[in-house]
Amino acid sequence: MVRPPTQPFSPVLLVLAGLGALFFVLPLAGLAVQMPWRSTLQILADPGVRTALELSLVASLASTALACLLGVPLAWVLARLRFPGRELLRGVAILPMVLPPVVGGVALLLAFGRRGLVGGPVATATGFGLPFTTPGVIVAETFVAMPFLVITVEAGLRSMDVRFEEAARTLGASRWTVLRRVTLPLIRPSLVAGAVLAWSRALGEFGATITFAGNFPGTTQTVPLAIYIDLDSGRLPVAVVLSLLMIVVSLAVMVALRGRYLGDG
Amino acid sequence: MAALLGPNGAGKTTILRALAGLVPLAEGRVVLDGRVLEDPARRLRVPPERRPVGMVFQDYLLFPHLSALENVAFGLRARGVGRAPARRAAAEWLARLGLGTQAEVRPARLSGGQQQRVALARALAIDPRLLLLDEPLSALDVSIRAEVRRDLRRRLRDFTGVSLLVTHDPLEAIALADRLVVIEGGRVVQAGTPAEVTRHPRSPYVADLVGVNLLRGRMHENVIEVEGGGRLQVARAGDGEVLAVVPPSSVSLWRSRPFGSPRNVWSGHVSGLDWLGDRARVRVSGRPSLVAEVTPAAVAELGLVEGMEVWVSVKATEVRVYPA
Repeated sequence: MVRPPTQPFSPVLLVLAGLGALFFVLPLAGLAVQMPWRSTLQILADPGVRTALELSLVASLASTALACLLGVPLAWVLARLRFPGRELLRGVAILPMVLPPVVGGVALLLAFGRRGLVGGPVATATGFGLPFTTPGVIVAETFVAMPFLVITVEAGLRSMDVRFEEAARTLGASRWTVLRRVTLPLIRPSLVAGAVLAWSRALGEFGATITFAGNFPGTTQTVPLAIYIDLDSGRLPVAVVLSLLMIVVSLAVMVALRGRYLGDG
Repeated sequence: MAALLGPNGAGKTTILRALAGLVPLAEGRVVLDGRVLEDPARRLRVPPERRPVGMVFQDYLLFPHLSALENVAFGLRARGVGRAPARRAAAEWLARLGLGTQAEVRPARLSGGQQQRVALARALAIDPRLLLLDEPLSALDVSIRAEVRRDLRRRLRDFTGVSLLVTHDPLEAIALADRLVVIEGGRVVQAGTPAEVTRHPRSPYVADLVGVNLLRGRMHENVIEVEGGGRLQVARAGDGEVLAVVPPSSVSLWRSRPFGSPRNVWSGHVSGLDWLGDRARVRVSGRPSLVAEVTPAAVAELGLVEGMEVWVSVKATEVRVYPA
């Protein structure tokens, strides 16, 4: 066995690396230390907390479903078709990923709000408005989550060997059959990864949700919003419990996606 | 069975893809069994899924997420056959190709030769009228290529439709096809039976390409009865239908009958002289007919001209023989 050569290093490098590690570890440690272990179950049973949890779950799942419904076709168009403005379209579809979420919320208001581009006419015609409703939460979460799905599925489609689709066509498969029996099964890993990422993003969304849908318990107060309010009103233990819950969920997502996006599997 | 032969980049695969309908024609027509499949002049184009065409791709393109059986059944199911009958038909095809036990195996776990047979079964299962094979042997290990080639030839004999093979290997083309079409730079440079193409190259490429003398015949012990006349004695004994390769550089020419070690001596007539750089290719018609490669100096010294009688000698040890 040959031992790998040891790299020369400077102590300064080690110190900085150590500080960097602490930067991540300390906040998590702080949370763990403050965790009210004995009253955790009691807190989780609180109706207000339960409502927030249910809402978060329902809204995130619904927005993931909506993101898939709209995002997969969009990803397909971006990956397979060539048309003027394609790059622009891709840029726009990815924008919510880099946009500050609160800005996303404002943009949504201006489009779907009661005086918005689309929302205005709809509100006048039907009296229905998206802002400050549960569907509004779903819209906000879809807005921030869909880019993750689009990007992942598009990459999957691009890396897939298109010739499989050609082979299927020579065998007599219509375009729809090719999509259903060849393309989608072949990009299943990307689809799953994209959906999980989208769901995770939707679950954690705060800025766009609070701006567009507001912070009404029961209808629009998802867990991140609940944490914020609890902290604000001095209910630290609840905030801590919910925060740690979110961390556990995030860790679970990381474990599920390990190797795909996060380096060593 | 026709073979499209040509160097890489000549456009052979493009032709196959156009016939399959994967690439639209700019001009021309595709007619199969009297039915027009494509005619840009009349804006007529039958999409690939509705053409009675089966294609075996160079790297097979077996669907990795389906088993061998499901792969073979795919075409049938795509064309509306029910699940059970399709699976049954697929199982029959696999059995016919000697893969009965591998039906539930995924392509990744099959050997190259097995994958090729599954790809062939998949294409044949839909009962095509035109079978397209894109370099069917090139993805295989050299050691099993000869065996698979023989196997393929046997299987395709039962196929009643038109089959078209694309390759850059002249041996493959000559061994599998009845008709050779040589393609260079997207144009047909020469077409005919393998014998015709071998005997009268019309461009340096074709001459180089079939630069060997390739003879077909039936072997018994050390002697090959060559198709078209003549016998060749070879070093190693064998039996059955064979292919024999005689490099032109191994063919010696004499003004009179030589008496010496070469086992194969016969007389013929010079039927053509070609100059290729610093070599001369002398076509000698006889039993059998061969191309000899000699120096220009030798041509001058022997006074070789067309029509002249010459004696040909080939050493038995210089003849390469293998089963057809």
